Amino acid sequence: MGDLDLVTFLLALLAGAVRVGTPFLFVSLGECLTEKSGRINLGLEGILVAGAMTGYAVAYLSGSAWTGVLAAGGAGLLLGLLHGIVCSLPRVNDIAFGIALMLLGTGLAFFLGKAFIQPQAPMLPSISLGAWSDDGRVRSALNINMLFFIGVALAIFLHWGLRSTRWGLVLRLVGDHSESAQALGYRPLRVRVMATAVGGFLAGVGGSYLSLYYPGSWNEGLSSGQGLMAVALVIFARWQPLNCLWASMVFGAAGAIGPALQSVGISSGYYLYSAAPYILTMAVMLATCRPNRTLTGAPGELSLNR
Amino acid sequence: MSDLDRRKFLKLAGLIGITAAMPFSFARAADKPLVVGFVYVGARDDFGYNQAHAQAARIIRSMPNVKVIEEENVPETSAVQQAMEAMIRQDGAELIFATSFGYFDPHVLRVAQRYPDVRFAHCGGLWDESKHPKNVGSFFGYIDEGQYLNGVVAGHMSKTKRIGFIAAKPVAQVLRNINAFTLGARSVDPEITTTVIFTGDWSLPVREAEAANGLIDQGCDVLTCHVDGPKVIVETAERRGVMSCGYHASQAALAPNGYLTGAEWNWETPYRAHVEAAQKGETMNNFLRGGLAEGFVKASDYGPNVSAEAREQADAVKASMIAGEFTLFKGPLKDNKGNVVLAEGEALGQTDVVLEQMNYLVEGVRGDI
Repeated sequence: MGDLDLVTFLLALLAGAVRVGTPFLFVSLGECLTEKSGRINLGLEGILVAGAMTGYAVAYLSGSAWTGVLAAGGAGLLLGLLHGIVCSLPRVNDIAFGIALMLLGTGLAFFLGKAFIQPQAPMLPSISLGAWSDDGRVRSALNINMLFFIGVALAIFLHWGLRSTRWGLVLRLVGDHSESAQALGYRPLRVRVMATAVGGFLAGVGGSYLSLYYPGSWNEGLSSGQGLMAVALVIFARWQPLNCLWASMVFGAAGAIGPALQSVGISSGYYLYSAAPYILTMAVMLATCRPNRTLTGAPGELSLNR
Repeated sequence: MSDLDRRKFLKLAGLIGITAAMPFSFARAADKPLVVGFVYVGARDDFGYNQAHAQAARIIRSMPNVKVIEEENVPETSAVQQAMEAMIRQDGAELIFATSFGYFDPHVLRVAQRYPDVRFAHCGGLWDESKHPKNVGSFFGYIDEGQYLNGVVAGHMSKTKRIGFIAAKPVAQVLRNINAFTLGARSVDPEITTTVIFTGDWSLPVREAEAANGLIDQGCDVLTCHVDGPKVIVETAERRGVMSCGYHASQAALAPNGYLTGAEWNWETPYRAHVEAAQKGETMNNFLRGGLAEGFVKASDYGPNVSAEAREQADAVKASMIAGEFTLFKGPLKDNKGNVVLAEGEALGQTDVVLEQMNYLVEGVRGDI
């Protein structure tokens, strides 16, 4: 019984890392891009929830889950654009506006989403990679959603793009030293607005994963702070897209550890395991944020550092 | 009209205003509608706990001379005190239904002391005559009867003899449901075990889905739950091809294949009793309870795949519950650590408040409190 349980536990943890971690991946990639340009968007939690609602609503109305994903991205893009433009105005603090955007996004989503709690929208398909196994647990663990693969590809692409392409270098230059970028003839504000909008798009897509695949329904308690934790996650990942992938998996596994342990019969102290993702966030913050030194890898223009 | 200065104009206008308001205010005094407030912890259409309450509130709305005001998504914090005070002060509410368990102590108790003329009906709290105000009443249904029936049906239908129960918090009501369900299942086959996962809060969709998947991977082929919105769990079970029993409201529409039956609330009965008592000016019923027989709870219709013998046994148990001949918790009964909780010959009736302080899981449940 002991061996069997360990296998089930590890499978549950692995599957959970992928299932629970995918929204983290999208939101953190979006935030990574935004922060690389020198802005912080704390409103991603609001964008995530708004994206989840829009995705579910559009998927239900149009009958196509992928249209829903695009619509969720579109809603995220608009909210991101709003953040980008408003924060380009003089004397606007991006952190304060991010908090306002978070409240706006969740409020709008709750208000407009009332009518969509009851109906059932079509779900995103998943790819079964476990057909070779006749163990039901393996098959279910390897039932992986397309969005996860898109997210992985995106992480690799961004990792490469930020190092080796012209736009990647411009983005980093704007984020590290906007005066130099200006001197070279680039327009930092425009780059930042674009980076924030694209970041919003990705966070919206991450939201649609929640409502259209896992757990796969729209209601007001859908997000449990994934958007906020993603901000901590980007710091944890040292502003490297590829690290965002690993960090998302770790956070996903931390979210899955409570149910996974209880399902194999280890049930004492489950409150502690349930708090694992939040404890992890705090630990990351404690380990990385000190007032007396700058973080390695942090973009120089980030208002955290100035 | 030249001598109509501002002062005269104001006097005149005020007089007209008062006369206009007078018949209206007299009419209100004579036949004033009872303002009833409902406070929900989540959304009103969550396929679960809050939906069951809101459905009954809709029926109350259609009663004569009643005005219903509602507020949803009120957390179990001091926010609920503010929500109730706003209902009393701004809308003149005279009867408030506080529908979530955590509202009771200290929030409802505190506001009730401040407004002794307003009636507070709380769902699920344990009213204590010696220390709680008289304008507070608690109402609840013996939904464990429905859970026992769920267990009977699940016990017949399960092939792996393992059933998964996803619960929010280990409070007495939840434990009572888990135990009733397990007793029902084990009345069919004593080898059946129930594995419990506590998620930690009433509504955590991602963790509920994770728990459902974990239980299915462990070989559970029937899932049931005690969380606020069973939607995610029932949908996950259906997607993975296992059976499910519902809770709070009917989730049959979400799982056309795997839905077996469900334990549902019928809050209309206690609501109506409280509203009618308030309209007639009768004293508050501080402790209102009922089960299947009293119409406080009901069972969902059986799903299409439920076998004939499962239906037969569940129907027989239901009939004896309604006739008042059935005792759910009776000795010999052991908890899952081997301690005897009820000795041979001991029995607890449904109305016994000891059951509302339950703090153990019965034999056959895999899990810790």
